[in-house]
Amino acid sequence: MRRAALIIAPWLAMLASWYGIRYSGFINPALVPTPHEVAARSVELMGSRLPMDIFMSTRRVFLGVLCGIALAVPVGFILGWYKTIRTFIDPLINFFRALPPIALIPLVIVYFGVDELAKIVILFYASFFAGVIVMYEGISQISPIYVRVARTLGASDGEIFRKVIIPLAVPHMLTALRVALGVAWATLVASELIAAQQGLGALIQNAGSFFQLDIIYVGIICIGFIALFMDLGLRAIARRFVSWQERIA
Amino acid sequence: MSIAAARITFDKVSVRFDTPAGGYMHVVDDVSYQIHDREFVSVIGPSGCGKTTMMNIVAGFMKPSSGTVMLDGKPISGPGSDRGVIFQEYGVFPWLSVKDNIAFGLNLRANRASPKEREEICQRYMRLMGLEDFADAWPRMLSGGMRQRLALARAYAVKPQFLLMDEPFGALDAQTRTAMQDLLLEVLSAEGKTVMLITHSVEEAVYLSNRIIVMTARPTRIREIIDVPFPYPRTADLHERKEFGELRAHVRHLVMQEYAQQSKQKQS
Ligand SMILES: Nc1ncnc2c1ncn2[C@@H]1O[C@H](COP(=O)(O)OP(=O)(O)OP(=O)(O)O)[C@@H](O)[C@H]1O
Ligand SMILES: [Mg+2]
Repeated sequence: MRRAALIIAPWLAMLASWYGIRYSGFINPALVPTPHEVAARSVELMGSRLPMDIFMSTRRVFLGVLCGIALAVPVGFILGWYKTIRTFIDPLINFFRALPPIALIPLVIVYFGVDELAKIVILFYASFFAGVIVMYEGISQISPIYVRVARTLGASDGEIFRKVIIPLAVPHMLTALRVALGVAWATLVASELIAAQQGLGALIQNAGSFFQLDIIYVGIICIGFIALFMDLGLRAIARRFVSWQERIA
Repeated sequence: MSIAAARITFDKVSVRFDTPAGGYMHVVDDVSYQIHDREFVSVIGPSGCGKTTMMNIVAGFMKPSSGTVMLDGKPISGPGSDRGVIFQEYGVFPWLSVKDNIAFGLNLRANRASPKEREEICQRYMRLMGLEDFADAWPRMLSGGMRQRLALARAYAVKPQFLLMDEPFGALDAQTRTAMQDLLLEVLSAEGKTVMLITHSVEEAVYLSNRIIVMTARPTRIREIIDVPFPYPRTADLHERKEFGELRAHVRHLVMQEYAQQSKQKQS
């Protein structure tokens, strides 16, 4: 009960300040739609294009993150485990990580066209570099003592990998996945700048060119909530898998 | 010493480490000694003199720069479950429950046990180490002393013939430390092992060992090997005995001298 109240309170406060700003008189009311207007609009859109937008965006994020993490986990692992390799590859990773995905869009269009693939490539790029760094930072902090202990108990190389290194890597994999998902949602609108007809990013941009502020709000709120629920789901999974840890970050 | 066979043999062992500056640091200098079957030997000496280095060689984690270290007359090729190692940081696996930690070695190909055997061994050591009520607990829930006992139980489960311990009780408070020492003696009397213990505590060394090897400051050599004549089983009242006090004073004197030597070297 108390807990539920504590969870809801900040949301209510936000809603209240939204109304407050709208009716404060300092701001042109045409620039800020009211929450109930936005709610009404989202109900209306739910009956038309919104489900498809959500589906397309979620699918892009999902595929981009899946590919990004599928590569980030082994690469991050190798970089984290082999310090000499890391010394040489680290600057390269940081070079690419610093490039904002939006700046790459013209190139992506040239190389990958304007179809689905191009959007997924952008999301892949964003989630790979976010994930790889989390992964290798985590792996490089694994204490070598566990490997030594396992050896003194008679473990072979294969057994050490399966029974020591994998369990220690799993929490970092889950964190990398969470960070990558967050970054991918943040990059979504940029990726849908590429001639997208459907998707939440496309919805927002179309609305922007027609000055339909309430639709922009609907799109933004949708992205926020989907990202939030995905993160909650992932945290629930993480709790099951790594209950041995003090807390799940 | 008795005529018991030498199990661990250091033969003219020297260790040098490369320094980043391109030179090398001489850590162990021409050290020879033997540890016999079922003997409890403590190694004591100034911090940084090379005790852990010597133990790492016996454990199989590194090789000496020159000389040989042999196990039952054969050079050591790598780590193995015949030598249980207790690290100062315990190294309890945080992702496994207490029981699964103990069972870890028994699930490896090198010393796989049947499920029934495994269960028996786990139960026995949980009982012996007072961990029965924590079988399913995560290590993070354990106190320092309990983690230490868990590390000991895990090492014991694979029935090592040797026990190599690097300041195993260093991080414990005085009471827990005494309790752990007595527990160790108890466990050793039930299942004899050949033990090499590294410690900074003269008291601990005299209380537990058959022999004490006092090492010099770096590059470390043997300063003196001291026989501890008290018979086992030993109990806490030994601490009060006059001979105990004399021996302790003698060892302490040697160790203090080496510390003094070390700080003199640093100044020059
Ligand atoms: N892998 C290594 N590379 C380079 N130098 C090392 C290495 N291992 C140990 N040393 C150096 O060798 C010396 C002896 O180290 P060692 O850990 O054996 O000391 P110790 O006697 O166990 O000390 P303490 O009682 O403080 O644990 C130290 O000066 C240490 O810096
Ligand atoms: Mg040491």
